[in-house]
Amino acid sequence: MKFHKTAAAAAAVLALAATAACGGKEGSAGDKPKDQTDEKALPKYSVAKDVKVDSAVLKKAQKRGKIVIGAKADQPYLGFQDQSTKKYSGFDIEIAKMIAADLGFSPKQIEWKTVDSGARETTVSKGDVDLMIGTYTINDERKKQIDFAGPYFHAGASLLVRKEEKAVTGPDTVKGKKVCSIVGSTPLQTIKEPKYGAKVTELSKYSECVSQLLDGQVDAVTTDDAILMGYAAQNPGKLKVVGKPFSDEPYGVGLKKGDKALQKAVADAIKKHEDNGDYKKAYDATLGKSGSKFKTPPEITEK
Amino acid sequence: MSASVLFDVPGPKARVRNLIYSVVGTLAVLGLVGWVCYRLYNKGQFEGELWDIFNYAGIRENILDALLSTLKVFALAGVFSLVFAVVLCVARLSDHKPVRWVAVVFIDLFRSIPLLITIFALWVGILGEMTPMWALVLGLTIYNGCVQAEVLRAGVNAVPKGQVEAAYALGLRKTQVTASVLFPQAVRSMLPSIISQLVVTLKDTSLGFMILYPELLYSARLIANNTPVGGVYPTVQTVIVFGAIYIALCLALAWLAKFVEQRGRRSKAGIVPAEAKEPKEVAAAGGTDLTPVPDAKDGNLKD
Amino acid sequence: MNVLLDNLALFREGFLGTLWLTIVSALLAVVLGLVIAGFRVSPVPPLRIFGTLWVNVLRNTPLTLLFLVAFFVVPKVLFPGINSFVLAVCACGFYTSSFVAEAVRSGINTVPMGQAEAARAIGMTFTQTMRIVVLPQATRTVVPPLSSIFIALTKNTAIAGAFDNVDLFNVSKTLSNDGYDIAVIFIWITLGYLVITYAINGLFRLLENRLEVAR
Repeated sequence: MKFHKTAAAAAAVLALAATAACGGKEGSAGDKPKDQTDEKALPKYSVAKDVKVDSAVLKKAQKRGKIVIGAKADQPYLGFQDQSTKKYSGFDIEIAKMIAADLGFSPKQIEWKTVDSGARETTVSKGDVDLMIGTYTINDERKKQIDFAGPYFHAGASLLVRKEEKAVTGPDTVKGKKVCSIVGSTPLQTIKEPKYGAKVTELSKYSECVSQLLDGQVDAVTTDDAILMGYAAQNPGKLKVVGKPFSDEPYGVGLKKGDKALQKAVADAIKKHEDNGDYKKAYDATLGKSGSKFKTPPEITEK
Repeated sequence: MSASVLFDVPGPKARVRNLIYSVVGTLAVLGLVGWVCYRLYNKGQFEGELWDIFNYAGIRENILDALLSTLKVFALAGVFSLVFAVVLCVARLSDHKPVRWVAVVFIDLFRSIPLLITIFALWVGILGEMTPMWALVLGLTIYNGCVQAEVLRAGVNAVPKGQVEAAYALGLRKTQVTASVLFPQAVRSMLPSIISQLVVTLKDTSLGFMILYPELLYSARLIANNTPVGGVYPTVQTVIVFGAIYIALCLALAWLAKFVEQRGRRSKAGIVPAEAKEPKEVAAAGGTDLTPVPDAKDGNLKD
Repeated sequence: MNVLLDNLALFREGFLGTLWLTIVSALLAVVLGLVIAGFRVSPVPPLRIFGTLWVNVLRNTPLTLLFLVAFFVVPKVLFPGINSFVLAVCACGFYTSSFVAEAVRSGINTVPMGQAEAARAIGMTFTQTMRIVVLPQATRTVVPPLSSIFIALTKNTAIAGAFDNVDLFNVSKTLSNDGYDIAVIFIWITLGYLVITYAINGLFRLLENRLEVAR
């Protein structure tokens, strides 16, 4: 019977998939992220003991012995998860470790959760994550739903194009061009305005935009320069960042609305590490590797 | 073969013509496949390094974890949806008009709303706090429960009236009649359709990517986006590997449906299981998803 | 109420997006489905095999995976530069075509064997038997399942909303991002889908009645 054969083949594939899971090569697959993080240069953070902050979210985290931090998984140099080792790396990840250390959690006590851009407000306000640290721009719209601590970094929207691209040189030259960004991102709203007049492609991950850019489906990808520099560095000789930043994107740490005590504790932690040099060390070991110049951290306004 | 009656046993002329068609058809199909393969080859998609990522233990564990999360949601949703279907079906066949009415509205409503939207709404918190996994399970349960309820109802309606009358004549109460006469036969006759709908449930677990549940497709996207090899994203490779896993799973389930159907046919007792396809009542009520038929019967044209 | 009035243009765009996507994909699915069903009952073995493969592969793949293929594999390998509406239509249309093909095939199988035999006896060829005798009768049995296939298609287009297509689902996401109450958005979006699905239902009821008269 033909159908039995198909079924047998199906069973064989399944069995293969099951056995394939055991064994195999060790280490990280794909391009080695050799320059992505300088493991040795990363600062060590001393974990605070007996932290007492009058915050409901933190108390819950202390009770379960783990702090849940939302991060990006597909942004090289900022928030990146190696799919074979499942380890996260990048500047945002370091910031998260600093803050967690000051709140009394060692890196081992951090439970990472990958959160796509479009889902950040929801996950934070629902309490799926305690802190959201993933290229998260502070703006008024979002402040209606959640609170921020920071900013800890200042980025600006820019454009990523293919190396051979001549026509697109900055935000003023994207009229009628296909520009990709993701649902719920701020540069997307800006570039849509009649002033710039770009045709917009909306996807749910930046890495998918980059994939479409490489395939020639779109002409440019827009988002914060720090993110774009990471992709350009990941695809050397294929992509480049053009134009001056055309918007302000101060990155903050997203927290549940109304938890003032935690907001202050996080802001204090950022300030402390900015002052003691950990911030610069972490930057040089991660984001600095992509070619982004170090900028003095911005004044902390949300605290 | 169903087709055999549609055309004559070919004579010498027709045999030549069929041979020509066969050759042309084979060439056309092979040409199509060959062209796709050529393009894949041309774009370097058959390079060993691109496929090598699946040789890493980390990636394999990643896939296995994702497979297990998919199966976990499927198992939960499968069981719950069947339980829910029984409840809905009982309500739908109730003697009390309001109960019946509520069931009809509920079933009609949730079969008309895209499952994606139900899941998204549940996750965002329309019914209070919910983790992605439970939002996915609940969404699948509601939707598939509605469809399965209609399948069950069709099964109950197919039980000969005389049996119910006989049961009442013996002095059984309504609950007893439903539990020991109607449902066992309904489930038995509708088992193939029920299993086919379970295949739909399995496929629909892939909608979890929208709410960040780490199922198969979610991990497929991350692997494709985060593991570039020599600057090429292994999208094609991941799609092929994950597609094969899904097809294998679904075929295995569909095979189960076929097997059960044949077992049922062989035994003489009770009513014969219906063919594994939409009962007409279900189709007419509108808004059901498609139950993949594990190779439809050849019906009247069967020799 | 405010959610609707404030974003009327957006809702309209989303509704029309879903409607268009449904109509165009449905047309594609019917055409492809008929061809594949023809393949599956034809006297030419390679075409039969192709038809069987087509149906089994497409029916057992999640639509989301097909969308990934359409958006990230097709442009990369086959045809660069297609717009996302066409890609979405292809994904939805191909997926649905496998269901249409199965419906048509079971429709063909419900035509009494004597009819085909009689057609054969008076010397009709395969094409003639199909065109003049079998398909017109099969249509009647195919219509009811087609209606549920198209309703399912309407709902499946929601997935396109996550892939650069403005449709009702996309609108719901945008608005929920803007901080509107999800419950209210949910009600309006649902209403939009209900309008389309009930329209399809009604349309097919009408068609069924017409065919009933023609008997």
